[in-house]
Amino acid sequence: MNRFVWLALLALGLLAPFAVYPVFMMKLLCFALFAAAFNLLLGYTGLLSFGHAAFFGGAAYVTGHLVKNLGLTPELGVLAGTLFAGLLGYLVGSLAIRRQGIYFAMVTLALAQIVYFLALKLPFTGGEDGLQGIPRGLLFGVIDLNRHVTVGGTPLPLALYYFTFALFCLGFGIIYRAIHSPFGQVLKAIRENEPRARSLGYKVERFKLIAFVLSSALAGMAGAMKCLIFQLASLTDVSWHTSGEVVLMTLLGGVGTVLGPAAGAFTVVTLQSQLTMVGPWITVIIGGIFVVCVLVFRRGFVGELGRLLRRSL
Amino acid sequence: MLIETPPADCILETRRLSKEFKGFAAVSDLNLQVQRGHIHALIGPNGAGKTTVFNLLTKFLIPTTGTILFNGVDITREEPADIALRGVIRSFQISAVFPGLTPLENVRVALQRATNTSYQFWKSDRCLKQLDDRAMALLDSVGLAELSGAITGELAYGRKRALEIATTLALEPKLMLLDEPTQGMGAEDVDRITALVKQASAGRTILMVEHNLKVVETLADRITVLQRGAILAEGTYAEVSQDPQVMEAYMGSSHA
Ligand SMILES: Nc1ncnc2c1ncn2[C@@H]1O[C@H](COP(=O)(O)OP(=O)(O)OP(=O)(O)O)[C@@H](O)[C@H]1O
Ligand SMILES: [Mg+2]
Repeated sequence: MNRFVWLALLALGLLAPFAVYPVFMMKLLCFALFAAAFNLLLGYTGLLSFGHAAFFGGAAYVTGHLVKNLGLTPELGVLAGTLFAGLLGYLVGSLAIRRQGIYFAMVTLALAQIVYFLALKLPFTGGEDGLQGIPRGLLFGVIDLNRHVTVGGTPLPLALYYFTFALFCLGFGIIYRAIHSPFGQVLKAIRENEPRARSLGYKVERFKLIAFVLSSALAGMAGAMKCLIFQLASLTDVSWHTSGEVVLMTLLGGVGTVLGPAAGAFTVVTLQSQLTMVGPWITVIIGGIFVVCVLVFRRGFVGELGRLLRRSL
Repeated sequence: MLIETPPADCILETRRLSKEFKGFAAVSDLNLQVQRGHIHALIGPNGAGKTTVFNLLTKFLIPTTGTILFNGVDITREEPADIALRGVIRSFQISAVFPGLTPLENVRVALQRATNTSYQFWKSDRCLKQLDDRAMALLDSVGLAELSGAITGELAYGRKRALEIATTLALEPKLMLLDEPTQGMGAEDVDRITALVKQASAGRTILMVEHNLKVVETLADRITVLQRGAILAEGTYAEVSQDPQVMEAYMGSSHA
């Protein structure tokens, strides 16, 4: 994609907290990263995981626990959460990868339910209430992430925002690179024709497992970020609703496109916050929008746009 | 039963190879020997078990009983990717390309395998550009150079098969298994693929399933006729085509 598009997006990201409510913007970034990580699996490997909340939420709990109860600094907390999610991804992936299609989805869902159960029952998770009051702490032991900078009369949590934005750029960069790497090329071949890739001598399971670990680790990084921003790790983060939501975001924005999942995440999160006043009807409305979009834009917004412009976005 | 000792230059051998699908014997007690350097044709009526034999040889199916030897090494228990690493590369009866990639990328994926970069997710795929020249040369050899940037899924059928051969050749296989490379093609494409297979056979062994007897006659050094999973006849084209059993079973069905 064009360098100017990237620079423009970077500038938007840097300026966003001055225009948009920063906490909302940070939430967008978390879910955008979560969806992009998920898309590495669905869009570029052709694997539908229905348990990705286990990595997102699992990392949120681990980061929250380490930061709150063991006093880890935030960057180490995020690192630990990410590594934990990667390890969990290795376990789940090893069990699921030999299954095909819907069975793969079912195994991931089942294992994610176990993680949900653990999040409810383990002693340090806070049960129904989740982990609350997680401190944001001092970045590298120096920069207070709670610090607000007053701009035009409004105090803005700029330290936290730029920390989040930097992590997002890092995660997104890793995903972008993986997609456009020799490894990514083999993933695409596997997605396009698995038996053929196998017959050319590629150990398909190994590629899928690496993709799975990468995807879950980065989903975990998104979850760890979320836990610092909201100072909360809750059962919602590990629930199957969240697993379903990330599928929805990715499909809406465009499976197998670089920007699609982020666009989808922005759309869903924005709709959710705009529609909170309509109460429980929100699910129905989002469901309706989803159905219409899937019927009208089969490749998702970004996918359709890319087709119009005849380039991959 | 006594098994004949194979000639020393036998690249592939199966011993009493059988495959049953829920009690139905698709391949039974098959003793096949493919001589190094030959183009060996495997023919037989529909449902004779030819594709099943290919799937067994390349480990896409696990044999019920029997052994497979490649260069004298027992490969019966290996995985499809292991077989490929030994230099046995197959094509599929339905064309096997990567439809969403360009023809250039199709060939490059095969060339990439030898580079040891395939697990490197932290590297830019620009490093694959160094394979472009070789990929183009291979595409050129099958007459696809002009179409290197096209969408593979939209190519004509004959072109997809040609691309498949180029991709297979990129791996410099020792043994190429082609499942009906000319199936569903017009006369012109058939001639082109025939010439391609002939060209590709230099310095390697080819085992091919083929329905088109003219192609078989032109190419095959040796022919095995399969019927209901077992060998009906074996020999050169002249020998096999004189065999009364073959004339009845194979010619009979193909002219019916
Ligand atoms: N996976 C399977 N499960 C059950 N039966 C199978 C399977 N694969 C093949 N068969 C059966 O085994 C027999 C041999 O099939 P195979 O595809 O090997 O035939 P073929 O010689 O390649 O035929 P064709 O000329 O039509 O390609 C057929 O009767 C087929 O129905
Ligand atoms: Mg067949």
